[in-house]
Amino acid sequence: MESIGAIIIAKYNYWGVIVLLLVGLYAMVAKKNLVKKIIGMNIFQTAIILFYVSIGAKKGATIPIILHGPGDSSHAVHAAEYINPLPHVLMLTAIVVSVATLGVALALALKIYSQYGTLEENEISDKIMESEPG
Amino acid sequence: MKKLGGIAILFLGGILFYTSFDFPHWGDGKSPASQHVSPYYIEHAIEDTSVPNIVTAVLADYRGYDTLFETAVIFSAGLACFFLLRVPKRKAPTVRFYRHLPTGVTLRIEKGGRLPEKTREFERIDSVWVPYDLIIAMTCRLVVPFIQLFALYVIAHGHHSPGGGFQGGVIFGAAIILFAISNNLRRSLKRMSERTSALFGSLGVMIYAGTGIFCMLMGASFLNYSSLASFFGVDRITARSLGILIVEIGVGIAVTAVMVWIYYNLSSAGKQDEGL
Amino acid sequence: MIWQLDIIVLSMVMICGIAAISIKDLLGAGILFGAYSFMMCLLWSIMGAVDVAFTEASVGAGVSTVFFVAAVFRTTRRTKD
Repeated sequence: MESIGAIIIAKYNYWGVIVLLLVGLYAMVAKKNLVKKIIGMNIFQTAIILFYVSIGAKKGATIPIILHGPGDSSHAVHAAEYINPLPHVLMLTAIVVSVATLGVALALALKIYSQYGTLEENEISDKIMESEPG
Repeated sequence: MKKLGGIAILFLGGILFYTSFDFPHWGDGKSPASQHVSPYYIEHAIEDTSVPNIVTAVLADYRGYDTLFETAVIFSAGLACFFLLRVPKRKAPTVRFYRHLPTGVTLRIEKGGRLPEKTREFERIDSVWVPYDLIIAMTCRLVVPFIQLFALYVIAHGHHSPGGGFQGGVIFGAAIILFAISNNLRRSLKRMSERTSALFGSLGVMIYAGTGIFCMLMGASFLNYSSLASFFGVDRITARSLGILIVEIGVGIAVTAVMVWIYYNLSSAGKQDEGL
Repeated sequence: MIWQLDIIVLSMVMICGIAAISIKDLLGAGILFGAYSFMMCLLWSIMGAVDVAFTEASVGAGVSTVFFVAAVFRTTRRTKD
């Protein structure tokens, strides 16, 4: 069983990710304003991307662009010298999908505002209740 | 409600904290994520495709199928914003504002009045009245061409440096949005109308899918770029590098058009007569 | 990867994230979200993910903040919570 100090140093990035996940989830659940909920959704998405990117890091390795001099294409490439590029590829897709989702969510918020005149969730549900017959 | 949510989230945080003890250490080279497929990608990227940037090679060549559908997702997000917000124009607004440029006087023309002639001295401004700012308009007009040039550089140099189709496309779209913010939305609509941006969005997706189908017509499977070698007259490895470049250009065009389209619809709430 | 810089930027990220959801002015929340995005971009470039950091800098701190400000401009700026 390693010492507590070694565990903290080895795993603190996961705890940072957990704190950000909780912040984003709290904003989505407990805030009443729609724009705050959308901000919480984006914080959640970027925290997940941080988790995947931190899995790909390697001690003592360099960025995933292969070093090559002019005209020299025959020296061997070792996988331990470059950090893992596969999470970066998946997270590029995730970032672009998150901005697309942000655009659609803000369009929905604009539509709700033009219909009900407010962006607070409790006022909107009051207006829906009183316009329903019975 | 807030307290209940807070308690549930702290409970979830406790569970996640407990499971984080099983994860591999940070920076471990022997973790399972670095073992199976990614050493193959790192060691064989240059000899298969001659592209030093491994992320671009994996994104557009080894995992090109995912990127095709990601481009389709971006295009459908632009389409969804359009269908949600767009209000077709019914009639011209009755009260208009004009500014006389040499003197700076603002005119407000009521319903039934006579509009000024279309000379260069009268400029139509939005009903949410903004003061005339020469410095912002001129500075942004000088800066926009350089931003577009940088965006084209990022797309073209994506093989050797960080960059590629997405990043260059977003920067190009941001340059057009800068022009629309600093000058009028109407001026930007005259230069790049909404129909143009919608057509370019679908054109980008079709370039990507068209490259895949073209590879199929030349005899190989879908999105296998080495079959383009006979068409371009180069060897198979350079053909893969060229295929990556064509596909990145398609993605850049699609992303540019969709960013501009979403901005047009969001900033005017669908009516597209006045923006920020 | 320098761990001192990493801890400083990670704490800045948490401060920006908590501030972005607690502030009562929606325009300020949008701008703080842009700052949060930029701090995340720095964190990823410290970890060596340069492509992801480039994309987040252009998309998150650029276009995403503009969308938020445009949406706040068309709706209301005050919120009660």
